[in-house]
Amino acid sequence: MKMKKFKNLSGNLITYAMVVVAFLLCELALSGMIDGFKMSRSLKGQLVPICVYIVMAVSLNLTVGISGELSLGHAGFMSLGAFSGILFSQWLLSAFPQTDLALVRLVGALITGGIVAAIAGVLIGIPVLRLRGDYLAIVTLAFGEIIRNLLNCVYFSLEGASVHFSFLDPNLPGTVVINGPMGAIGVKKLASFEAGFLLVLFTLVVVLNLINSRSGRAIMAIRDNRIAAESVGIHVTKYRMLAFVISAALAGMAGALYGLNYSTVQAAKFKFDTSILVLVFVVLGGIGNIRGSIIAATVLTVLPEMLRDFGTYRMLIYAIVLIVVMLATNSPMLRSTLDGLAGKLKNAKEGDKA
Amino acid sequence: MKKILAIALALAMMMTASFAMAEEAIKIGVIGPMTGPYAVYGLAVQYGAQIAAEEINAQGGIQLEILAADDQGDGELGVNAYNDLLDDGANIMLATVTSGSCLAVSDVAYEERVFMLTPSGSADAITVGKDNIYRVCFKDSAQGLASAQYIADHKLATKIGVIYNNALDYSIGIYNSFKTKAAELGLEIVAEAAFSDDTNADFSVQISKMQEAGAELVFLPIYYTPASLILSQSASAGYSPIFFGVDGMDGILTLEGFDKTLAEGVMLLTPFSADAEDELTRNFVATYQAKYGEIPNQFAADAYDGVYALKAAIELAGITADTAPEDACDPMIAAMQQIEVAGLTGTMRWDATGEVDKTPTAVVIKDGVYVGAK
Repeated sequence: MKMKKFKNLSGNLITYAMVVVAFLLCELALSGMIDGFKMSRSLKGQLVPICVYIVMAVSLNLTVGISGELSLGHAGFMSLGAFSGILFSQWLLSAFPQTDLALVRLVGALITGGIVAAIAGVLIGIPVLRLRGDYLAIVTLAFGEIIRNLLNCVYFSLEGASVHFSFLDPNLPGTVVINGPMGAIGVKKLASFEAGFLLVLFTLVVVLNLINSRSGRAIMAIRDNRIAAESVGIHVTKYRMLAFVISAALAGMAGALYGLNYSTVQAAKFKFDTSILVLVFVVLGGIGNIRGSIIAATVLTVLPEMLRDFGTYRMLIYAIVLIVVMLATNSPMLRSTLDGLAGKLKNAKEGDKA
Repeated sequence: MKKILAIALALAMMMTASFAMAEEAIKIGVIGPMTGPYAVYGLAVQYGAQIAAEEINAQGGIQLEILAADDQGDGELGVNAYNDLLDDGANIMLATVTSGSCLAVSDVAYEERVFMLTPSGSADAITVGKDNIYRVCFKDSAQGLASAQYIADHKLATKIGVIYNNALDYSIGIYNSFKTKAAELGLEIVAEAAFSDDTNADFSVQISKMQEAGAELVFLPIYYTPASLILSQSASAGYSPIFFGVDGMDGILTLEGFDKTLAEGVMLLTPFSADAEDELTRNFVATYQAKYGEIPNQFAADAYDGVYALKAAIELAGITADTAPEDACDPMIAAMQQIEVAGLTGTMRWDATGEVDKTPTAVVIKDGVYVGAK
């Protein structure tokens, strides 16, 4: 047992170290202190989206990998977070135009986005998490579509400290912030790579600590055998709800950061495809494997941009890469080769010691 | 795996080699959806710009190179494509094709002082408050106003029905300005019905609503694919009002599997018609057809005109391939306001707001071709 705990801890430390080292390398490249080690504009522009997708993938992995439920509407939570975060940030700007509250607005937007998405998570979770089977997948799928269609009809405008809201009627007094199908417009950008990095770290702390806690073990016990878990007195709905709501809240925070990275965001961005994209990150990185999610989200976000030189064949190559990775990681031959290599290394090490 | 890598590297080298050949050319970045559901528009813009650049290069003098990047009509990918094009050395942007992506990219371009001319991004907010963003097409509200004005001036109808897409900013933008102007001019909107991208297969509800309200004219501020369904479903419902479209309707005659007789009598407001008899249009259509095997639509024409406008402004501002995008911005802004370009979509002038000044022409479809409406 102690051995296992130690293994978990060192595994987590590797994950944290990996993220921190990657961050420091990026900062070094951004500062341009070393000649020849510079970042292209293209990559620079993707830093914040990469952070967002890492948070999305890690949080979805909590639902899919740790809790064992299939969720197909993760982009729905992201959109709620994006729009509520933008609204909060713009409201603060409009209510207190004189004071410089950039940091408060950013943090406030992230928290607002998280809370709003968490409330939506609770509302969906109450009826659905009591059910068995694939119902969560179906309902989250519908939820994502409903949210997207609703956001297409919502109008918000700001006039000083007061907020005006209407459904389907675009004629509002004051400055329009959320403009139906045109989405959020005139957003003052606040997101930065540093903020994204801190959000990734926060997500990792929350998710990894949850996994290694009493609650996390309960969640995994329910995933592995619901009846056995129930028989030892674990409150099934409560723990499933816990995982689901935390996952939703983190997605909401990621959404808020995403929304504040662009001057405009449309609800159409958060369609079914985006949910599936995040699910692909999780599956490719390994279900239940947090470090894998981080790597997959990063690589698969950067890859389509790296392939731009291939012109028209870009998405074709992207698809082929996906298939090849999927086949390669599941091939028993490759696995045994890797295991063999690891074994040899271990033997060599032990040989050294002796 | 090694082989694939080798092939990939070889391909990448070939591409860099082909880029390196035309070193003197001024690079124009084109961003648009070249894959995905809006690919028709992005490719049309790319092809139109390509033809214009080749013509200009053949004349000698200024050499232009078109760098195209795909954004799938998405803001995030649009900004990525924009950064990538600047990495590749683009001096000026002819971007982006769709409104949503254009809003996101134009804000970045405004902050970074990169001159941008959008061929077809029509949302009003794209140019507002951004002095370096210019536009070739009409903005949405201008189209709504012009449509209402045209209908009133020509006394086409007094009872009007509208079918619009309430999940598309383009459609809503045109519809709202149309509604305001119609009220001013004493046109009565007797019925309005909305649909969204998820419910664009069956229009029987919307059509019967128009029919019951007795609309003599149905205004369709939508793209041509749903419009074609509305036309065919109205025909089978035995309802035949005047259908009046905007520039999104352009392309309906080239839609595969669409019975052109259904479009008989449809009117639309568009700055370009491929059947126009002037020499410029005839040459352009012939070249386009020879090269890409299609009849060019309005997007291709906008891009073609956009490249010529950029060329005129580049000449006036004295931009060369070595001018950094930031340094090219202010001279380009000054030059854009002085040039006058006679293009496929009319004679264009620009003012400081970045909006184009040209006359919209109404066409009516007769025997499967556009005929100028009087």
